[in-house]
Amino acid sequence: MKLLKLVPDDTNIKFLKWRIPFFVVSILLIAASWALVATKGLNYGVDFAGGLEVRATFTERSEAPVAQLRDDVEGLGYGSPVVQRFGEDNQVSIRVRLPDEIAADKDAAQAAANAVVDELQGNYPDFRLDGNDNVSGKVSGEFRKDAVFALVAAMLAVALYIWIRFEWQFGVGALFALFHDVSLTLGMFALFQLEFSLQIIAAILAIIGYSLNDTIVVYDRIRENLKKYRKMPVPELLDLSVNETLARTVMTSLTLLVALLPLLLVGPASLFGLTAAITLGLFVGTYSSVYMASPLLIWMGVNSDSFVPEETIADKQERIARGEV
Amino acid sequence: MLDFPTWRKAFLWGIAVFGMLLSLPSLFSLANLDWPDQLPDPVVNLGLDLAGGSHILLEAERDEVAAMRLEDLEESVRNAMRRAEPRIRIGDVSTADGQLSFLLDDVADVDRARAEIEDIMNGTGPVREWDLQVVDGQRFVLTQTAAGLDNAVDAAMEGALRTVGIRIDGLGTREPTILRQGDTRIVVQVPGLQDPEQLKELLGKTAKLEFKLVERQASAEEVARGFVAGGEVYPYAEGEGFPNGVVVQRIGGIDGETLTGAQQNFDAQTNEPVVSITFNPDGGRRFARMTTQYTGRQFAIILDDEVISAPVMRDPIQNGQSQISGGFTVESANNLAIQLRSGALPVDLSVVEERTVGPDLGADSIKSGMIAIVIGTLLVMGLMILTYGRFGIFATMALVINVLMLLGIMAALNMTLTLPGIAGFVLTIGAAVDANVLINERIREERKRGRRVIAAVENGYKEASRAIYDANITNFIAGVLLFSFGSGPIKGFAVVLVVGLFTSVFTALPLTRMWVAGWLRKTRPSDINL
Repeated sequence: MKLLKLVPDDTNIKFLKWRIPFFVVSILLIAASWALVATKGLNYGVDFAGGLEVRATFTERSEAPVAQLRDDVEGLGYGSPVVQRFGEDNQVSIRVRLPDEIAADKDAAQAAANAVVDELQGNYPDFRLDGNDNVSGKVSGEFRKDAVFALVAAMLAVALYIWIRFEWQFGVGALFALFHDVSLTLGMFALFQLEFSLQIIAAILAIIGYSLNDTIVVYDRIRENLKKYRKMPVPELLDLSVNETLARTVMTSLTLLVALLPLLLVGPASLFGLTAAITLGLFVGTYSSVYMASPLLIWMGVNSDSFVPEETIADKQERIARGEV
Repeated sequence: MLDFPTWRKAFLWGIAVFGMLLSLPSLFSLANLDWPDQLPDPVVNLGLDLAGGSHILLEAERDEVAAMRLEDLEESVRNAMRRAEPRIRIGDVSTADGQLSFLLDDVADVDRARAEIEDIMNGTGPVREWDLQVVDGQRFVLTQTAAGLDNAVDAAMEGALRTVGIRIDGLGTREPTILRQGDTRIVVQVPGLQDPEQLKELLGKTAKLEFKLVERQASAEEVARGFVAGGEVYPYAEGEGFPNGVVVQRIGGIDGETLTGAQQNFDAQTNEPVVSITFNPDGGRRFARMTTQYTGRQFAIILDDEVISAPVMRDPIQNGQSQISGGFTVESANNLAIQLRSGALPVDLSVVEERTVGPDLGADSIKSGMIAIVIGTLLVMGLMILTYGRFGIFATMALVINVLMLLGIMAALNMTLTLPGIAGFVLTIGAAVDANVLINERIREERKRGRRVIAAVENGYKEASRAIYDANITNFIAGVLLFSFGSGPIKGFAVVLVVGLFTSVFTALPLTRMWVAGWLRKTRPSDINL
């Protein structure tokens, strides 16, 4: 049987030739992402903004009365809700961000939640309540704090591990690549105003995990080649390492993609945001391993001495000092 | 490479088979099949987002506990001063700013008053609960200490936890989880609950019940002020009787602590739902005395500081039983009965987070999630076999074992599978495949460099392992941090990720290596199709 070869043997793509323009573009993208987050803001779901979300199916019709639902809930006087199709056409999610004075009062917030459900159940006989989230302002604030803390702690800890296992430059490179991935994901969510919830944090963490795998595979090869080809210029060596691991990168990305696609297409609607974010991260993470994590090594002065034991470097410097080299 | 001792083979197969066996009960239950009762059945827990049910986070306010303590102290101090011989007169009592302060009418009483207060405080345990200051020789200021308040909050929460437990048991739902979280919170999770409203209703009430003698109708102003000389003012919950509320006698009366039972019932005459209650012997005696002494007068039945009814006592009640009416429905009467049986909550709890998933949606999610996992796995397997041939077959066998072991271990360790956990499953499939991709690509490379088959395979495993271990350890570190600091969906995701790292490394490295070694030893190929 002739086996499938996704990447031809002995590729020699000069990835790093374009490192400076790509890096500049990436930095601009990171800056643009944060600018978007600052100006447009993230479209926080109830997890992070507080308020309530009601998910429902209209069992007797093929399409949910979205506009009418919006009016119904608006009529209750808690402001304008966000009503969105959710999965099938007759399924909706109704999000209400309560006014501050109601959100601050736990009992009033509870009463509001009950009022919304009662109103809809009263108005539509075929209203089936599928789910109902109701998060007070205090708890949502804690969720935000915890999520940021978990993200930052996870990123710093893995960077530290990579520093210990490789060299400090690799730790910094990996950290920066992760920062790139997280920034771009946030930017994308701000740009398209997609609902940002705790699940999306889980997605970002998955992206971090995947991007790290990629970065480590490339770094491992760089370390190996640094020891093997002591005389090769670093940019060339990085290109070689990326090319050597290219087949693996393509194959792994593809398998993960075919695993994720069914989840996107036939999986539960409530997982769509999560899987979409992971799929997006697949591309961003792969890119960052090549164009962020690797060129940084050049600029931070990684060279063939990096993985040589300290004494040897000292000896060499001594010999240089004595004029022997 | 080829040398694989029998004990090692047995060991690896043992782990794999054991792990897979553990997953069987879960697979049976996910497919809704019967699992023989005689066999052990560790089933993976389904999170509420998959099984349907309610998650409620209740919170008490520290400030409220502080205020209640202050109120109790005020009462003890007043009583002590009243009972002192001769009586110690005090005035200008205030409980503002978390302090109790009062003024002695007579400066000469300072030492006696101090002794009385020391007496009250000696009974409170090893921690110093209050700080006493005497200002200007005659104003006493009692401030609660942080440690004292901590103790009080802790005790109140432990009591609340017990009460919540009893109330939820009263609902008769299956396998609820009730846990204390942090200092002032309680998490309640009830799988499969259809009606979260009832649950909230049940937990949101303190259910402090009191019977007091009615003095007269209160005016609207008195209710608003909440204070009249010689009595206490309570608003009337609803219904006819006292539109403005009532003034009741401050002392005397009976409280809900003396109840031994409460049942939803129907009134013999009107057939409306009522709650019948039974007093303990002490409460029964006091109730009999009170109803004998005040036959013909009205009693206010006060629940959570609102009068729910004020019946006239026509006959003395000697049998220690009574009933409460007050415009109940069967459900609300039943709720009240449960609340009374559980006793009052020592502190008010309010709902700060509520999540409910309908059982239909949960079932749909499992079904479509499982379909997606199966399709995804099949596609990945196809791709692996097309790309790596025989080595791809080994990898796909490892993949199946990995998925089953992951499910089995989660079941055995009593972990919970959530919706984000399903995404974690998919990612684990990706990670497991990645390890085999790394190995196989490496073997290809080694072959290209001209190494002989066995050396190439051996080197492939050796060189790829380094990156695989590094990648998995970093992910493990991230996963553990997520699990420790994350909440809700993040935790659900992290659980699968962390367990999946172990199973995927186990299946992708030693297991496939064993199969590859066995095949190489048997066939000794001079070339491999890779």
